[in-house]
Amino acid sequence: MKTKAFRLFITLLVFQTFLFAQSAGMVFIKGSRYIPLYGRDSTVVEVKDFEIDIYPITNAEYENFVKKHPKWQKSKVIKLFADTSYLSNWKNDLELKASEKPNSPVTYISWFAAKDYCECQGKRLPTVDEWEYVAMADETTKDARKKSSYNKQILAWYEAPRSNENTIGEHPKNAWGVHDLHGLVWEWTLDFNSVLITGESRKDVDKDSNLFCGSAAVNATDLMNYAAFMRYAIRGSLKAKYSMKNLGFRCAKDINLK
Amino acid sequence: MQHLKYIVFAFITVLAFQSCKTDKKSNDGTVEVYQCPMECEGNKTYNEAGSCPICHMDLKAVETSSKLVNDDAISEESVFNLTSHWNMEEGKTIQLKELKGKTLVMVMIYTSCKAACPRLVADMRNIEAQIPAEKVKNIQFVMVSIDPETDTPEKLKAFAKENAMDGDQWTFLQGSVSGVREFANVLSVKYKEISPIDFSHSNIISVFNAQGELVHQQEGLGVDNKETIESIIKVTP
Repeated sequence: MKTKAFRLFITLLVFQTFLFAQSAGMVFIKGSRYIPLYGRDSTVVEVKDFEIDIYPITNAEYENFVKKHPKWQKSKVIKLFADTSYLSNWKNDLELKASEKPNSPVTYISWFAAKDYCECQGKRLPTVDEWEYVAMADETTKDARKKSSYNKQILAWYEAPRSNENTIGEHPKNAWGVHDLHGLVWEWTLDFNSVLITGESRKDVDKDSNLFCGSAAVNATDLMNYAAFMRYAIRGSLKAKYSMKNLGFRCAKDINLK
Repeated sequence: MQHLKYIVFAFITVLAFQSCKTDKKSNDGTVEVYQCPMECEGNKTYNEAGSCPICHMDLKAVETSSKLVNDDAISEESVFNLTSHWNMEEGKTIQLKELKGKTLVMVMIYTSCKAACPRLVADMRNIEAQIPAEKVKNIQFVMVSIDPETDTPEKLKAFAKENAMDGDQWTFLQGSVSGVREFANVLSVKYKEISPIDFSHSNIISVFNAQGELVHQQEGLGVDNKETIESIIKVTP
C-alpha cells in the first residue's frame, strides 16, 4: 500500500514538473549568461531559466480578457494607466473594428494593461534582458547576433510598413521555438524603464548628465548592432501609459519547481 | 487507498491556486477641449475643433478635468488609484491613498546612493525650507526607495535621522519590487540596478495635489526650484 502511494506521489511530482515546465502556449528557456547591447556596465548579465509565450498576445485573446476585466475596456480604463489612443483600433468596449483580424497581435496597449493581463494569467512580462536573450536567436542558432543574415533580416522588417496588421505565426519559429519576436510588432518588457537613454542627444552625451545618476553605466557594447539599438531607443522613449500602433506584448513566467 | 485520495486532493489544491484581481472602477464623463499640438499659444484651449491661428495645424482634442463622483472619490489621473502596499519608516503599512488630503512632494531615492541622491535630498530640504511654516503642515514630503530589498523601514528611519528629516512632514516608503516599478512608471522615473547596491535613476521631484493628481515635475539636479515651490504653494491651502 505504502509503496503504491509513494509511486503515485512520485508520478505526480514528475507530471507536475512537466505541467509547469511546459505551460500551454509557452516554451522553456534555459537560462545563461550573455552580454546584451546595454547592460549593467556593459558586462555579462545572467538570465535564469524561465518560460515565454510562443506567440504575442492576439486581439482575440485580449478581447476575452476585457470581457472578464471591465476595468481594461476602452471606455473604462483610467487615465493614469492608459493614454487616449488605448485600443483605438476597437469599435467599442468589446469588439474590434471590422478591419482588424482576431489573430493579429494586440496593439495600442499600455504597459499597465500588459502587466495586468500577464498577472491575471499567473504570469508576468519578460524583462528586457530575458526578451533580448530569446530574441538573439535565429532559426538555427541561439545566439545569431554575429551572423550578418540575422541582422539583415531584422532590419528588413524594420523597413517593412504596417507589419502590425499581419497575423501571428507567419514567421518561422526561432531556435527556442518562439515565433514573431522580430517581424511583427515591438513588445513591452517589464523593466522597459531601466533603459536610461532619453532619446535627446543633448542629455545623453554627457556622462555626468544631471538627468541620471550613474549614467556612465549605460554604454553600447556593439554599436554595429543597429537593430538592437533601435529597440533600446524605443524602450527609452516610452512611458508606461503610452499605447502605440506597433507595440504589443507577450508574457513570461518563472520556473517555480525544480 | 486513503493515502492516494489525500495525495490527489493535495495536488489538485496546489494547482487551483491561481487568482486574479478584478476590482471595478466606475467611470464618468469628461469634458473635451481642443488645443494646438505645438502649443503655440501655451496652454490656451478651444471649445471646438479647428486650426491653430498661429501655425494652422489642426487642433487636437485634449481631455481635461475629469469630474469627481463625490467628495470621497478620486479622479482617473490620481496616483491614489495605485493599490500597492508600502511600509513607512515607522513600520506602519499603508496604501498611497491614505496620504490623501495633503500636497505630496515625492522623489525616488535609495539610501546607499553616493552620487545624486544626497543632492536630491538636499533639493527636497531646500524646497521644504522655502515653504511658509503654516503651509508645511498641509504638505507631505515623501521619499520612495527604489531599492526595496536594501532599504528596510529601519534603514529608512536611520537615514531620516541622519539627514535631519525626522519631522512629521517627512515620510519614507519601502514598497515591493513590482510596486516600486509601477510607481516609477506613474512618475516616468527610469532606473536600473547597476550593481547590488547601486542604481542609475532619473532625478525627478514630483508634486501632487491633495487629490493625488500630478501638478508639477522638476527634472535634474540642483536646478532652480522656483517653479516647483510656486506650484506647491499654489495647490496647498
